[in-house]
Amino acid sequence: MKVVVCIKQVPDTKGGVKFKPDGTLDRGAMLAIMNPDDKAGLEAALRLKDQYGAEVSVLTMGLPKADAVLREAIAMGADNAYLVTDRVLGGADTWATSSTIAGALRNLQYDLIITGRQAIDGDTAQVGPQISEHLGIPVISYAEEINVDEKAGTVEVKRQFEDRYHIVKAKMPCLITALSELNEPRYMTPGGIFDAFEKEVTVWGRPDLKDVDDSNLGLKGSPTQIAKASDKVKKGQGEKVAPDSPDEAVDYIVGKLKEKHVI
Amino acid sequence: MSLEEYKGVFIFAQQVDNELSSIALELLGKAKSLAEDLDEKKVTAVLLGSGVGSLVDKLAEYGADRVIVVDDPELKDYRTEPYTHALASVINEYKPEILLVGATAIGRDLGPRVSSRVHTGLTADCTQLDIGDFPLEPKEGVEQKHKQLLMTRPAFGGNTIATIACPDFRPQMATVRPGVMQKIDPIKGAKAEVVEYNPGFTKNDCYTEIVKIVKETSAVADIQAAKILVSGGRGVGSPENFKLLDELAEVLNGTVSCSRAVVDSGWKPKDLQVGQTGKTVRPALYFAIGISGAIQHVAGMEESDIIIAINKDENAPIFDVADYGIVGDLNKVVPALTKRLKEELAAKG
Repeated sequence: MKVVVCIKQVPDTKGGVKFKPDGTLDRGAMLAIMNPDDKAGLEAALRLKDQYGAEVSVLTMGLPKADAVLREAIAMGADNAYLVTDRVLGGADTWATSSTIAGALRNLQYDLIITGRQAIDGDTAQVGPQISEHLGIPVISYAEEINVDEKAGTVEVKRQFEDRYHIVKAKMPCLITALSELNEPRYMTPGGIFDAFEKEVTVWGRPDLKDVDDSNLGLKGSPTQIAKASDKVKKGQGEKVAPDSPDEAVDYIVGKLKEKHVI
Repeated sequence: MSLEEYKGVFIFAQQVDNELSSIALELLGKAKSLAEDLDEKKVTAVLLGSGVGSLVDKLAEYGADRVIVVDDPELKDYRTEPYTHALASVINEYKPEILLVGATAIGRDLGPRVSSRVHTGLTADCTQLDIGDFPLEPKEGVEQKHKQLLMTRPAFGGNTIATIACPDFRPQMATVRPGVMQKIDPIKGAKAEVVEYNPGFTKNDCYTEIVKIVKETSAVADIQAAKILVSGGRGVGSPENFKLLDELAEVLNGTVSCSRAVVDSGWKPKDLQVGQTGKTVRPALYFAIGISGAIQHVAGMEESDIIIAINKDENAPIFDVADYGIVGDLNKVVPALTKRLKEELAAKG
């Protein structure tokens, strides 16, 4: 069985978002990490490797420095790694990104493609389902559990909704988007870290993408265009008080609630 | 694609178990106001399901001028492929200029799949929609298009905000965050034009099978509907200690919600979680009690009208978004507040 996991390098927000003095985001000051939902997807794939001997490949699209998340994936146990990078792919929206990744995936064999539900920088959750449509395979989003029946060539997934879950069965090949609730990703192993430096990462550019028209790539291939973008300036600071006693705190709160006509 | 052929604002009228989701009515409210700024004023709801005809009147009462119904057994419970096929077929047949879909667990699967099938752009999780010019300001050498859908969305856990347009493709598609747009006051007895349409369903490898459906809702409160939320974080200390918050909520006729840390610790169910991986709320009053204020949490509550934070750590980031911050021990402040509010409200009768 062959599994391809699509991963993305994103800025880390866990240690708090860093702001510049003017109140805008300081991206340079934040670490780059593997997107958490994608990491859960990778862990799910590695469990299929443990269980069925699945061959696990990881693929990312990004700047050359995204190589780092591929090496981390190898250190966790991935077998092959592909980096899709090319200047003409820049500025892509989710349509153009999914067209690009689909073009890369057409070079590979897969029974399952796993992506994270959404990346913590864009938060769109669109690229996974869009890839599946470009490839003409079923998609199951929001996976909390994945069970493969290799013989039957099917996969059963616990698919989360707001107030329920469905157990959904699909024929493979199939694309699954993973929630970080899916599992607790493993750490890199010492042997894996050694591999990560030894192993070759395959680098693909525009000419390596299969069956994709230029009109579907990069900024030019993006139906959506940005009219205005701004790092949101932090909301103006409200008031902060440190009362000497609980009663004083209550006076303050009740005063405000009255002022605002809440009570 | 001749863009002029595409007319009118359409919304995907999500139903689950043949009950309309609140988002369907919220989208109708927004669609109505958008249509006022367009040449075509008619608002169309697209209703997919099996045996859903009885929902038409409610859609009319909430603003639909026309309802396109695709009623087929294949659409009984949500599955990506038949729903995509149905919605994409409706788009190709009826050519909407704008299509709004709820950013729900269904809509965030259906939206991207449909937008890929009909080849158009999709903007995720919008919190604001307007009609305006693109580019916003006239630019030399670029044709400025008028009456475009301008879709505003936060990203990066709410720390960046972008306005996005889709000038050269139709429909202009957006998924819209639940709980943000306003429903109209229902117009009793309103009727809509009903169009029955069935594109035909042929099974293929993309059809999945639903083996089992398990409903998980207990009698948990709907925190998105609450006007007052009393929200607790890890700082509350224990599941038992949440009773302090329960008591405060009771006096104010509010609802208790929580942060992700609380759900992760198993103190409260996920339905009560506010934040990026939980629910987005915008109550009139939000108490953040013992919540440090990670951006993922803030992203889900910063639109609240009034935010009051109580935390013993004076450097907690929650104070950056709070309108009123109290540095203090929640174990003392919260019970004292509950007691005083009881007295105040009793005095008022």
